[in-house]
Amino acid sequence: MSELTLTVMRLGFLAVLWLFVIVAVQVIRSDLFGTRVTQRGSRREGGRQQAARQQQQTAPPPQRQQSGGRQRRGAPTKLVVSEGTLTGTTVALQGQTITLGRAHDSTIVLDDDYASSRHARIYPDRDGQWIVEDLGSTNGTYLDRTRLTTPTPVPLGAPIRIGKTVIELRK
Amino acid sequence: MSSSTTHTSTIGAIGAPSRRNTELALLVFAVVIPLFAYMNVGLAISGELPPGMLGYGLGLGLLAGVAHLVVRKFAPYADPLLLPLATLLNGLGLVVIWRLDQSEKLQQRPNFSEAAPNQLLYSAVGIALFVGVLLLLKDHRVLQRYTYISMVAAIGLLLLPLVPGLGMNVFGARIWIRVGGFSIQPGEFAKIVIAIFFAGYLMVKRDALALASRRFMGLYLPRGRDLGPILVVWAMSILILVFETDLGTSLLFFGMFVVMLYVATERTSWIVFGLLMSGVGAVGVASFEPHVQQRVDAWLDPFNSDVIAQNSDQIAQSLMAFGSGGTLGSGLGQGHSDLIGFAANSDFILATYGEELGLAGVMAVLLIYGLIVERGVRTALAARDPFGKLLAVGLSGAFAIQVFVVAGGVMGLIPLTGMTMPFIAYGGSSVIANWALVGILLRISDTARRPAPSPAPNPDAEMTQVVRP
Repeated sequence: MSELTLTVMRLGFLAVLWLFVIVAVQVIRSDLFGTRVTQRGSRREGGRQQAARQQQQTAPPPQRQQSGGRQRRGAPTKLVVSEGTLTGTTVALQGQTITLGRAHDSTIVLDDDYASSRHARIYPDRDGQWIVEDLGSTNGTYLDRTRLTTPTPVPLGAPIRIGKTVIELRK
Repeated sequence: MSSSTTHTSTIGAIGAPSRRNTELALLVFAVVIPLFAYMNVGLAISGELPPGMLGYGLGLGLLAGVAHLVVRKFAPYADPLLLPLATLLNGLGLVVIWRLDQSEKLQQRPNFSEAAPNQLLYSAVGIALFVGVLLLLKDHRVLQRYTYISMVAAIGLLLLPLVPGLGMNVFGARIWIRVGGFSIQPGEFAKIVIAIFFAGYLMVKRDALALASRRFMGLYLPRGRDLGPILVVWAMSILILVFETDLGTSLLFFGMFVVMLYVATERTSWIVFGLLMSGVGAVGVASFEPHVQQRVDAWLDPFNSDVIAQNSDQIAQSLMAFGSGGTLGSGLGQGHSDLIGFAANSDFILATYGEELGLAGVMAVLLIYGLIVERGVRTALAARDPFGKLLAVGLSGAFAIQVFVVAGGVMGLIPLTGMTMPFIAYGGSSVIANWALVGILLRISDTARRPAPSPAPNPDAEMTQVVRP
């Protein structure tokens, strides 16, 4: 075997090995993240995101006055946890009921001493309007500043407060 | 998918893709690379294509194919990367072991026998166990029932090498048993079993371990009585060190427990305690146990002529191999890592990678290990049940510690211990146990990534009427 061939093969092999590593990393990148799983960032990361989010919030708030029949255009597409230990978690809204609470089978499992095990749920009514309903929790669910007593439509961007956790619907 | 808020993970898309085709493509890649390496070695050593190339390629391809089909059928949502990564390491290991078989220097050693065919057999058994795990273990939560049985089993496995007549003392370390012509390293299997015990135990006890504590200098100090479990595990790992004189196994178990304790309780203080305790233990034992003492001497001054005369020149040869490899290596089949002699194809196999593939190759291999660990931790993050989380962290932590201990030992970072590089080193127990480990991780990740069934329509939702007080 000529020296040249061997050198080419040696370098070629290293290149192929690294190519595999790079392809594997690309697969990881495209694998973020397809499952129904609650993920929490590390606390520090969460703080950073929160800061970034607060900057976003200084931008003009989303229109809240939209109501009734024109829901479709301004319909929220995701639910975002903006404060609390789960900060940064988002859930895509696809017409499913979202349950909140400490129970393990909740959509968003709250790790919060002030939350009940089945605390509240958020679901779309027939017109596609998202409704938040308190499920008889001990410490209550607040929309803006008012404690919920009945299922209440959620405007875009209005904070829903459960214990130390704040949730918003966003476009 | 990535268009929404970056850096946050999304709970989303119902009907997550199963990604089995990605896995298949990567798997093909992972079989082709070792074939290329095999060709490379053959051309470098004898100037012609190695004879068994077709058979070897078919063998590895068949094993990978079977594993893939079983995953496709029985764990369709499992992680797409774990299987190809493990297959690639296994395949590369086979090639390098075969390459060391060709070395005339090693062939002249007494008791020489070809290791590569055996390793292929062990890989087949490993894949069979992997398939068995996926077939029999439908839900990893079943393992939780066996928490305390696992503890007994793990202690039993760890003590087996000490049983007279069964255990063997191989070059100073009693970590082998001999059963009917086969020598087995029970510690490799104990690693998995004990992870089950730790996960089950910590899941129940973590609140007590995490909450009852005082703050002192920014650390949460646990109460005295909560130190019990860590002290017991520490004492056990010290006993392993004293009676089996194996630093690796000892470090592996203690390290695994500390990692899982940290993950379960989120208290940094456990890491500090763990490091202190393992430091004290290792130094203490090294001061009176001659075998451990020798290892430390060889680590501190590998090129000392006294050390070389007393123990062996293995570490010195290994360091020379890494050094002569340089950045890009000498090319497969063209190094002289066979000078390491005994254990060149098992404990010291990384030195051959270091010499023949150079820094670039070793970094790639270590990155592949890193990716396996990353996928394991990712699985833990995605898992919905605490037992699955802890088990996945424990298994990937054990894997990471093992890689660190062996690679660190061979490169002279820490004293050498008799452990094997998972998947690439020659050794049946290691390959088989690590395939089982990957099987369990795949099972957990399948459960974690499986899309939840769409919520059943709630009949109450329609009828509920709220009566205002």
